[in-house]
Amino acid sequence: MTGIVALYIFMLAAFTGYEIIAKVPVILHTPLMSGSNFVHGIVLVGAMVALGQAHTGLEKTIGFVGVLLAAGNAVGGYAVTERMLEMFKSSGSKAAGGKGGQSARGGH
Amino acid sequence: MDMETVLSANTLIQASYLLTAFLFIMGLKRMSSPVTARSGILWAGAGMAVATLITFLYPGLSNYGLILVAIAIGSAVAWISGRRVAMTNMPQMIALYNGMGGGAAAAIAAVELYKGEHLPVSVATLAVVGGLIGAVSFSGSLVAFGKLQGLIKRAIRFKGQQIVNLLILAAALFAGVVVISGFDIGPLHVTLVFALALLLGLTMTLPIGGADMPVVISLYNALTGLAVAFEGFVLGNAAMIIAGTVVGSAGTLLTQLMARAMNRSLGNVLFSGFGDTGTTAAAGGAVAGSMKPIDAADVGVMMAFAQKVIVVPGYGMAVAQAQHKVWELCQLLIERGVMVRFAIHPVAGRMPGHMNVLLAEAGVPYDLISDLDEINAEFDTADVALIIGANDVVNPVARNDKSSPIYGMPILNADKAKNVIVIKRGQGAGFSGIENGLFYLDNTRMLYGDGQAAASELIQAVKAV
Repeated sequence: MTGIVALYIFMLAAFTGYEIIAKVPVILHTPLMSGSNFVHGIVLVGAMVALGQAHTGLEKTIGFVGVLLAAGNAVGGYAVTERMLEMFKSSGSKAAGGKGGQSARGGH
Repeated sequence: MDMETVLSANTLIQASYLLTAFLFIMGLKRMSSPVTARSGILWAGAGMAVATLITFLYPGLSNYGLILVAIAIGSAVAWISGRRVAMTNMPQMIALYNGMGGGAAAAIAAVELYKGEHLPVSVATLAVVGGLIGAVSFSGSLVAFGKLQGLIKRAIRFKGQQIVNLLILAAALFAGVVVISGFDIGPLHVTLVFALALLLGLTMTLPIGGADMPVVISLYNALTGLAVAFEGFVLGNAAMIIAGTVVGSAGTLLTQLMARAMNRSLGNVLFSGFGDTGTTAAAGGAVAGSMKPIDAADVGVMMAFAQKVIVVPGYGMAVAQAQHKVWELCQLLIERGVMVRFAIHPVAGRMPGHMNVLLAEAGVPYDLISDLDEINAEFDTADVALIIGANDVVNPVARNDKSSPIYGMPILNADKAKNVIVIKRGQGAGFSGIENGLFYLDNTRMLYGDGQAAASELIQAVKAV
């Protein structure tokens, strides 16, 4: 990958990230922060390459810690995001409101 | 591997990373609407699985055993902790996982730099800067975790702190320049870069108060994304560049949105001492009038015959674990034909959107929940505003007292409702230590008691009507 192509990727990805977030309602800020936290868990593939190409004991140790932390970022980020989003239900959906489930717009 | 196999493996890896980038962006896009959010994380998860599996085919890798063991340990610990953590503790968990990502980015930089090879200046610069940011994010996020978890009780401040921080930053950058210039890429300077960056993360975050932590966590989330993108450049890994940059820019915007919702600028959060309990207790003018108590039975009647009730929950409700009882109460009201809405201030929980998660956990459908802009006009037509565990976010002082530290902060206009009921443990001031003018208004009544107990009493009272 040449430097200028990398810069193009960088620029376009930056705009993409901005556009995705710009329309998000406040109610999703916490899950979305958690979701984006999960996405940078992709650092795992870099840590795997770094450890896979490590030679000395020092490099291997740091690489091992890197993979360990990265896996924690990815898996932990997924676990908590999935748990939070799983709970978002509208009053129209069948499971809404646990025992209730009646039309929530009852009044007016 | 012979040349041809290497080439085809490379093509396969690049194609898979492209697919991963697509799945990540689609996943985040779907996560930005409550209707599709649940599937969004599945898309992103699939992308992560594809990228991780395909990386095992990366040409020239060894140490497969170590890689597998590290993934197994990291995944197992994170999975178990992530499944078990209480919803109220979600913000610090996000901080912890984010710190791990930053640490991993720093580790990649460290492995590359400790090799001591002469790298092109551009690559070395990105490695050093990415490593610096990652290390700051790592130690800073750990401090944020410690504060929200209650392990670090108070903000630690001393005179000239910012100058010290600046000196540490300057020293880290100097060591970085020495490494980049190739003048001395011995292990000493590389170590110095990371040690100073880790120290900077500590000294930057320790003085910041607990109330400002969500903004700080969001900022470190964006920084980790950036560090990942930079290390992606170093490794020539497009998936890391794209995912890291998307998170970096999205996280920066999210940080700004959060800071604005809290009426704080980012500079203010990082370089001043508000957001800590107690420091501003003395501020704010005197409030006239007295607090007027009320019985649960009277509130029950009032709500049962109301047309429209707006519930304003705060973090205090979650601490009292009252959200299930509150929803049960609201279901009773809805059955009687009362229109019920939940009004959520952006900082109602520990971070923007946190309260929505806590209500969702209790089973409240998201279409009954409105944020500040949607609901504020509706308080005029509400018969009852029920405040439970919220304080500063409904304080009208923010609208009309220029001397107050929260002056200018957007608030929920609960005082505009015909009747305001405040469920509160006692008569003390709120999280920020500022007196609340709402409690003294003529249309306000105080229902004293623990949130959960008070909600149970209200359920009984409504049933008895």
